[in-house]
Amino acid sequence: MEYHDIVIIGGGPAGLSAAVAAHDAGVRDILILERDDHLGGILNQCIHNGFGLHTFQEELTGPEYADRYIRQIAERHIPYKLCTIVSDISAEREVLYINSEEGAVRLKAGAVVLAMGCRERPRGALALPGFRPAGVFTAGTAQRLVNIEGYMVGKEVVILGSGDIGLIMARRMTLEGAKVKVVAELMPYSGGLKRNIVQCLEDYGIPLRLRHTVTKIHGKARVEGVTIAEVGDDRKPIPGTEEFYSCDTLLLSCGLLPENELSKQAGVRLDSVTGGPSVDDRLETSVPGVFACGNVLHVHDLVDYVSEEAARAGEQAAAYVQTGERKQTAAAALEGKGGVRYTVPQTLHIADMADRVTVRFRVADVYRDKQLVVYYDGREVRRIKKRILAPGEMEELVLMKSSFADWPDVQTITIALEDQHGDA
Amino acid sequence: MAMNTYDVLVIGAGVVGAAIARELSKYELSVCVMEKDEDVCSGTSKANSGIVHGGFDPAVGSVMAAMNIRGAELIRKLHKTLDFPYKQNGAMVLCFDEADRPALEDLYDRGVRNGVKDMAIISGTEARALEPAISEEVVAALHVPTSGVVCPFGMTIALSENAADNGVEFRFLTTVTGIEKTAAGYEVKTDQGDFSATYVVNAAGVYADTLHNMVCEEPLHIIPRRGEYVLMDKEVGTLVSHTIFQLPSRKGKGVLVTPTVHGNLLVGPNAFDVEDREATDTTSEGLEEIRAQALRSVPAIPFQKMITGFAGLRAVEKSGDFILGETADGFFDAAGIQSPGLTAAPVIGEYIAGLIAKKAAARKKDGFLAVRKGIPEVAKLSPEERAKLIAKRPDYGRIVCRCENISEGEILDAMNRTLGAVSMDGVKRRVRQGMGRCQAGFCTPGTIELIAKTLGISMNEVAKNRPGSEFIMGE
Repeated sequence: MEYHDIVIIGGGPAGLSAAVAAHDAGVRDILILERDDHLGGILNQCIHNGFGLHTFQEELTGPEYADRYIRQIAERHIPYKLCTIVSDISAEREVLYINSEEGAVRLKAGAVVLAMGCRERPRGALALPGFRPAGVFTAGTAQRLVNIEGYMVGKEVVILGSGDIGLIMARRMTLEGAKVKVVAELMPYSGGLKRNIVQCLEDYGIPLRLRHTVTKIHGKARVEGVTIAEVGDDRKPIPGTEEFYSCDTLLLSCGLLPENELSKQAGVRLDSVTGGPSVDDRLETSVPGVFACGNVLHVHDLVDYVSEEAARAGEQAAAYVQTGERKQTAAAALEGKGGVRYTVPQTLHIADMADRVTVRFRVADVYRDKQLVVYYDGREVRRIKKRILAPGEMEELVLMKSSFADWPDVQTITIALEDQHGDA
Repeated sequence: MAMNTYDVLVIGAGVVGAAIARELSKYELSVCVMEKDEDVCSGTSKANSGIVHGGFDPAVGSVMAAMNIRGAELIRKLHKTLDFPYKQNGAMVLCFDEADRPALEDLYDRGVRNGVKDMAIISGTEARALEPAISEEVVAALHVPTSGVVCPFGMTIALSENAADNGVEFRFLTTVTGIEKTAAGYEVKTDQGDFSATYVVNAAGVYADTLHNMVCEEPLHIIPRRGEYVLMDKEVGTLVSHTIFQLPSRKGKGVLVTPTVHGNLLVGPNAFDVEDREATDTTSEGLEEIRAQALRSVPAIPFQKMITGFAGLRAVEKSGDFILGETADGFFDAAGIQSPGLTAAPVIGEYIAGLIAKKAAARKKDGFLAVRKGIPEVAKLSPEERAKLIAKRPDYGRIVCRCENISEGEILDAMNRTLGAVSMDGVKRRVRQGMGRCQAGFCTPGTIELIAKTLGISMNEVAKNRPGSEFIMGE
């Protein structure tokens, strides 16, 4: 069987960054498997700017950002296969891939990096009632049709959900001459970045109606309109608040779901909140030698964080190949409390952790004037003031190895959101 | 005029029309199937439970009962010769209350009298041993090992393709506007011109009464009875292995929970009479209703794994039974075909075709092609077989639909064969592109492009189904 030191599943931003980092850590036998006909993943359809401020200290478009990494891949001569889909991964890191040139090929990997990204929640999963006409698209599908294929998907548009792609598409469709009538959001807050609400909706006078949802899709052949209603605290439509919006297109931006079907085949344990693998501070999953990064691990809002996280996964995969399986030291569990929905990583090996480990998390609601408190086995070790936290913005916190000097045997690290103390 | 003259004109290309056409194609007859939509299997046949019923439910002595048992037997053979997906997974009818046991016993007796084999009434404990996910409240169940699941698209498409391969002509996007008796038979008026035929078959589903009433004095009255469904991810497709029914009530068989032949979990249908014969919309109340009812049978159904909801219309005739036979001279009805219509379709085909052949004194054709081969399901092959196929046809190695693992080659096959698909839904029903968990999010752009290229039309002209359902609205 063909063997490679590191096989990376997915050639989007996560896969590319992981490959570069693994190469720079000294591993030469790397293979990237990408299902699309180009590297760069979804970045290629994100032709707006706003990428790279953290990574490159300049504002790039999605394709430009991808290109920076594609060049690094080329400079390092890291091999990749396009139009190649992985159909199976085993716990023993045997990978079966399919493409038209080679047919079906099995190979063995020293380490695997999962970087398959995520998918959009479709209409069916939202249980949106009504007819099933043409003209209902997820925002990303519409983005691809408009930006890559060059076709307009509609003229009068309603958008359900205020995720970032939906917000970006509200602006994009407007610039292409469509009328975006409204963005309806079920929750009392937007799921997207604040900057996108300002730059994509407010600047174009597109109304955002919070606490609203689509209760019916009209039109038997093509969308002819949607009924939108206000929802109560139970997120159920309030009778009598229904309003009809005539439109030919409904775009959905109602959440992204990490694509972990392959991870499950490999026996990787998933976190029920993130929908991605449960990982330790090395971004290693429950299956030894299988690492995860990017949106397959948890949905990010900025690609810069994906790149940074994936580089860490690449380095750790390289270390795994170079030094073999890590010693099974006891791991502390990280837990979120008081509105901290999850943490990534989920566990931390204190004995051999890096000097700094970045923990990322999201919160459950919009919170103002809170404090983020860190506890080691119930003992408060840090308290950080937070003016505002929102579900649409990923938060981070750095855990220093030095902070465990006095407590090397901590079992539970709690990250909690608490009210300000009187003296704050 | 001669061009538009046939021995038999079958109106409706659902599973019943297709089955009749296929049987007619065994004879020396010129046959045309006329369909108002762009493809076969566009009405009731596309949105139902996909169950090959055991036959315990229809009233003893009804046409339905007789046809159900034999229909199931025919499907068990046909799925091999015509290569469509079928699986005999067995069924269970759950009884939740000792007080209802007599009704369960009645069902058993009815089944025995209808000729259903191998049934048994089992205890709640025995039922849970067979199906661990069913409710603790189940006190007894009727076990029906002969029940099965079928792909309703696959079956209708296979019957149609085989009919076409045997000389039947299909005309799509043709709506019948009037039927008149002539000396030689019937003049059938449509929005695409007039046609004449010696015999007319009415297999028009929810519109069968409209056609019937154009010809016959005794009117029919079809009530479209909507049934809504929830389809769930294959990830939870093994929650149950049998088709799980609840004890039937007057309004229907209750809500069922079943694996589909493709491995998803299907829940539904409810029953709601509607006026509009195109009212295949779902409602939040309906989805809530089937959810609540289904949880009674299987309390752990993970509804968050829903990938789509849909609704179909049962063509219920006032009498409640199938209306089959020559209802006017040379005019044959296959009307009121509700459950177990899918199961009975092959028998209905035999029966109606038999009546026509007898009346026309038609001879059996030489060289009837009984066998039809489907499109290869590439992802189901072993890696070695798959590699071999890809070596011959590299397009079988280019995956377009990643959730269902459907290749470009299969999508092209869906269009490039007898009665090939001309729409996105047509492709989807032939090869399952877009039927997976992302519901065509990723593969829509690529499939639109493949359809445009293959059919030689512009991207703007590619439609979901009928004209007016195009995806793209400009460049």
